[in-house]
Amino acid sequence: MTMEHSQIGKPVPRKEGREKVTGAARYVDDLTFPEMIHGVTVRSSLARGKILDVRFGDDIPWNEFTIVTARDIPGKNCIALLIEDQPCLADRFVNHPEEAILLLAHPDKYLLEEARRAVHIEIEPLPAVFSIEDSLARKQIIWGEDNIFKSYRVEKGDVASAWSGAEFIVEGEYETGAQEQLYIEPQGMIARANSFDGVTVWGSLQCPYYVHKALVSLFELPKEKVRVVQTETGGGFGGKEEYPSMIAAHAALLALKSGKPVKMIYDRAEDMAATTKRHPSRTRHRTAVRRDGKLLAMEIDFTLDGGAYETLSPVVLSRGTIHAAGPYDCPNVLIQSRVVATNAPPHGAFRGFGAPQSVFALERHLDRVAAAVGLSPEELRRRNFIREGQTLSVGQVVHEKVRMDKLLDRALELSGYHEKRARFAKENPRCVIRRGIGFAAFLHGAGFTGSGEEYLASEAQVTATCDGKVQVLAGSTEMGQGTNTVFAQIAAEALGLDCEQIEILQPDTSLVPNSGPTVASRTTMIVGKLVETAALVIKKSLHDTGFLKPAYTPGEFTDACREYTGKIGALQSLVKYQHPSDLHWDDGKYQGDAYGAYAWAVYVAEVSVDTRTAEVRVEDFVAVQEVGKVINPVLAAGQIEGGVAQGIGFALYENVVWQEGRMVNGQMTNYIMPTSMDVPSIRVFFEELPYARGPAGAKGIGELPPCPRRWTFRPSASSLKNFPTREVPRVPKASANSPWMEPRPRSRMPSHRPPAWTSARFR
Amino acid sequence: MRSYVPAYELQEPRNLLDALERMAREPGEWRPFAGGTDLMVLLEAGKLVQRKFLSIWKLPELSGITVAPANVNLNALTTYSEIRGHELLAREFPLLCRAAAETGSIATQNRGTLGGNIANASPAADSPPVLLVYDAELELVSASGVRWVPYHGFWNGYKKIAMRNDELIRTIRLPRQRKFSKQFYRKVGTRRAQAISKVCFAGAARMDAGRIVDIRIALGSVAPTVFRASESEKILRGEKPTPATLRAAQDILSREISPIDDIRSTARYRLRVAQNLLAEFCESLQS
Amino acid sequence: MPKAARKIRVNCKINGKAFSLEAYPMARLLDVLREQAGLTGTKEGCGEGECGACSIELDGLLVNSCLVPAVQADGAKIRTIEGVANASELSAVQQAFLTHGGAQCGICTPGMILAARNLLSRNAQPTETEIREALSGNLCRCTGYTKIFESVLEACRAQRVRS
Repeated sequence: MTMEHSQIGKPVPRKEGREKVTGAARYVDDLTFPEMIHGVTVRSSLARGKILDVRFGDDIPWNEFTIVTARDIPGKNCIALLIEDQPCLADRFVNHPEEAILLLAHPDKYLLEEARRAVHIEIEPLPAVFSIEDSLARKQIIWGEDNIFKSYRVEKGDVASAWSGAEFIVEGEYETGAQEQLYIEPQGMIARANSFDGVTVWGSLQCPYYVHKALVSLFELPKEKVRVVQTETGGGFGGKEEYPSMIAAHAALLALKSGKPVKMIYDRAEDMAATTKRHPSRTRHRTAVRRDGKLLAMEIDFTLDGGAYETLSPVVLSRGTIHAAGPYDCPNVLIQSRVVATNAPPHGAFRGFGAPQSVFALERHLDRVAAAVGLSPEELRRRNFIREGQTLSVGQVVHEKVRMDKLLDRALELSGYHEKRARFAKENPRCVIRRGIGFAAFLHGAGFTGSGEEYLASEAQVTATCDGKVQVLAGSTEMGQGTNTVFAQIAAEALGLDCEQIEILQPDTSLVPNSGPTVASRTTMIVGKLVETAALVIKKSLHDTGFLKPAYTPGEFTDACREYTGKIGALQSLVKYQHPSDLHWDDGKYQGDAYGAYAWAVYVAEVSVDTRTAEVRVEDFVAVQEVGKVINPVLAAGQIEGGVAQGIGFALYENVVWQEGRMVNGQMTNYIMPTSMDVPSIRVFFEELPYARGPAGAKGIGELPPCPRRWTFRPSASSLKNFPTREVPRVPKASANSPWMEPRPRSRMPSHRPPAWTSARFR
Repeated sequence: MRSYVPAYELQEPRNLLDALERMAREPGEWRPFAGGTDLMVLLEAGKLVQRKFLSIWKLPELSGITVAPANVNLNALTTYSEIRGHELLAREFPLLCRAAAETGSIATQNRGTLGGNIANASPAADSPPVLLVYDAELELVSASGVRWVPYHGFWNGYKKIAMRNDELIRTIRLPRQRKFSKQFYRKVGTRRAQAISKVCFAGAARMDAGRIVDIRIALGSVAPTVFRASESEKILRGEKPTPATLRAAQDILSREISPIDDIRSTARYRLRVAQNLLAEFCESLQS
Repeated sequence: MPKAARKIRVNCKINGKAFSLEAYPMARLLDVLREQAGLTGTKEGCGEGECGACSIELDGLLVNSCLVPAVQADGAKIRTIEGVANASELSAVQQAFLTHGGAQCGICTPGMILAARNLLSRNAQPTETEIREALSGNLCRCTGYTKIFESVLEACRAQRVRS
């Protein structure tokens, strides 16, 4: 039965859009408080070492400054997250470049910067580790007993039995580098703190309750004495999932010691150098395949570089591991994965959260499997796409009526794939600018993995006021992805009202419940469902008490609210997440129903390569995905377009250049993200197979688009007789006859010897 | 902001003469400040060593483009936007308009000046190779006089132009009627807009019956300074642009230039692309 | 401590209103607008003239205000995002951004709108290629630009209809 929706599926304009287009929206740096002073962080210049001495230079009026060190921390010197290994301020040892050691505050922003330069920290260097290889080889133990934050093992069937019978065995190794989230608004916080009132912070963040938890631990305060308020946030993409806890802690410590409100805003250089990035990865595939292209076994070894502290690495690893075998039906799968420590600033959440890394490797590898067997990339996929009733690598039976083959059909048709592939193959040999077209097929689980949502136990509340205004109270944050508008649409739909009547309260931990973090493509699907449920409870209360007839106008709704609140009391509903009883997950075996729902997609990219300069352009991009239900078509398409652009950036332009654990290209001039001239028009198409547990049938989509980015560019090189290119980011080789050097240096700058690839000779 | 902003002086001279007199009175103390698109970036990064600046941005003596029969004179404060919008430049000096269009963004083109670009002397700048191809000359003024120098060779090393510290650039002069019928410009950057070049190539030639009568080749980002490929020019001058001549020229080019590995690219890539762009230029001469 | 330069007076018109602001001569116009004039609509994204979040109109020209020193703003006519809407009536570009998804997180939006307006003031009916070029100095991480182009094209259409 298809439902007629009044709000769902409509391109309702963004709730906070007017403020954004008039410059009235208030981001953290736009706020000032009376007597507010500024804070900065003094950081380690070395990757690993023992802090010997801190000297304050002459010529600075230090008595005017507030100076905070680890000794000023009232509670535990750590940023509490999964574990407590990351210090808030380094005390005796540093473990990564840019690690925070000392904080300064002063009313004069300029003088503050001068003072920062005048603090000299003497550090005795210790040997450090900068690569996955060195970390695994335990050249130094820099974390725990073996440098390994976490490892997983996922088993399906019996991989060992499959090798002997296999007609083809294909191996490959794939790497991806770090990627900077590059939200255009840098990280920032304002804090007020005193021992009587507690701590309040305002800032750019995704997860108010993560920050809350970290501050409670740091300051040893009761929960009611810590308040976290999200200001308008200029982009996050995961980069403001963990890190805000650190900068909030710093601002709050300075506020406590100085007795004044303290504002800390990072400039771009500090933000790039010191905050989290996408985890670099290394994936090894070994695949047994039958002559007819049927996958028999997949053995996958997946390693992530976690940086110096654990932060959220186990969860990134988890998602990457679970997605590593893709939307394919394979009877035998073994995935062994681990995330290891290196002496770089900790890596963290970035849209996709481990999946882009493993999906890249898989799709690239399956291209080679296809070639080995003599099938087209398309045919190999068709013969292995998973269907309803079949089992994913973690043992989850697919209950969705997904037809990946149909998504593939549609994507290939919309992009003109076959015609173009044939044409390019014919024309390329004569062309200086050669073209290619390729696709990737993938899935993305929405919500927290396994028992994660149950553990989060998220809550959301809807309140109706006496004048019929409906308020949504949730800890979910708006950062451009559309939370405010989607929640308003969901509540409005449930209540038969217009979005104008729905108010989304600013996420403020003193006001809104803990809806869990705004991550994992969960906000619409999980929290939106709570909002829908709460709204329906309100409606039912009004019906049951007779104040509201079954059919009503908005005016009548307002009257009903007035009567209810006048005669009965507060009209509100707080709903807590109930884990579906038919979803089972075994954390020990890492098996079961990993996600309540998946979004499924096939993306096609057409690229051109200038064989004279190796410049690559994306000429056309088609994104087809099945997402349950599109709540707001403009916002949903915007999410896909933006995610695809980030994927294009990572595939072609973005490259973190490291030197001894430090990012050395930390300016926008040298860390290249796409401009409006680098991205084609991205054509987005949705399919809808409503997910029963999602609000109006919606699933999550936020992290879907960055997943496939790299694979889709490979076939361009295929039509150019490609070299085995296994790295991201990387430009395809231009022709088989003349080995090319890549136009960008590799992720790690060689300090002494040239990296292996420079030894290739060219004619 | 990594600089102590209060420590910087930026004063507006009354006129050009006032500016020059102040620069002469305290040699090396006062530096000219035009649109700020380079200097303000250094200020932000904490790398602006000089502390005292004279804002020449509004001086009328340094603005404007005048056209004379034998040459076009662009005063130093000519912005990239002004270059792009100038009809005669588009007709007779199209490579300069091309380079201007590929410099930064519209916002930077509105503030970036040709004089500032020359004085900043980055080897990766987009217009200098074109200025070499067009045989640009510079007018340098100081309190003690005026001199004209060819732009070619006007440097002492990486980011150091051969200008005295009491001088500033007043005019860039481009001789007209060189009759370069074939003109070519290509900047290969890290992306399609707002990119620092990895390799930049400017070329111009006068052809007669399929033979190269005169030729200019200049490159950016392949040497410590902007580079005029004189040896490659010599090989090509007087010849027909055949594959054999091209190969010889590419070989010479590979020995003339000195590209490096840096944050954006590698020596081997730059060398290869420079040779390919030379090929692309030579191929365009055949039509 | 390095000796501080004397602060200067910057007398300018911002969004049609006269301002007399005090600032260090080398202070960034971006900071003068945000702090001395209290106009926080103009944003800092990079401080190096790459992202365009600080775009304003200075004497009719689109510029990155993070690269303009205070001294050079004296006597200037400046337009910021706060001066784009006409009282409560949004401009065509702003209206289009609202209906066509041109803004997501909104931090690039003020600069983007200034750049779009600047383009339309020079070219009332730009092609998509011309729009791309005109906006290439304004980085957006959220939208992938597609809906920004659509918004600008919509603004053109709306203005065509109006006239």
